[in-house]
Amino acid sequence: MKNVFIKGPITPEFISNSIAKHQTKKEIGAHNIFLGQVRADVIKNKKVAAINFTAYEDMANEVLENIREKAFKTFNLTCMHVYHSLGEIKTGEICFFLFVSAKHSKEVYAATEYLVNIVKKKVPLFGKEIFEDQTHQWKVNN
Amino acid sequence: MAILKYYGAIAEATNCFEEQISVTNLNVADCVALLNKKYNLNQIQVHVALNKNLVEIDSAIKLKDSDEIALLPPFAGG
Repeated sequence: MKNVFIKGPITPEFISNSIAKHQTKKEIGAHNIFLGQVRADVIKNKKVAAINFTAYEDMANEVLENIREKAFKTFNLTCMHVYHSLGEIKTGEICFFLFVSAKHSKEVYAATEYLVNIVKKKVPLFGKEIFEDQTHQWKVNN
Repeated sequence: MAILKYYGAIAEATNCFEEQISVTNLNVADCVALLNKKYNLNQIQVHVALNKNLVEIDSAIKLKDSDEIALLPPFAGG
């Protein structure tokens, strides 16, 4: 099992290196990438400055392994990579990186939507939204 | 003894991430009720994972020594 969790933000360099690594895999004809970015929501006149992510890592890895197996079978993928940040991620920084590859575009579009939704729903990740005044609330996925 | 693990808003309410609990004659529902009462978790939507698998919070599954029971608040990844 590869390590899914990255301490701190996912950098543009990390993402571009991931793309570069796939240029040797010449059976791939389509990549799709989804990036989750921390948004400066305004809640009751207070602006979110960062989200501090934690995870139940052992369970999250098992859940993601099951998701991965199912996705490969369902969408005929060649490659699938999921990364999520842990720790404090400031607004504007990337906290979630999903990268899927297949022969054709149709498969990667469908896989991306399915995977983004299921990761949000099934993976035990928790987010503490920290406001500019250092108060906080706990994020809940809708 | 079994291990209790707390995350996010729940860890904030319990003021710890992990503790042990005696589980003689205790099932999942009893355990959740006990912790609800001890830590006043009623305002948090709680999911329970038993040995890393989600179970119903009113489950009658008997707990045993070395079980890992995790109390999880709403998920927020992505």
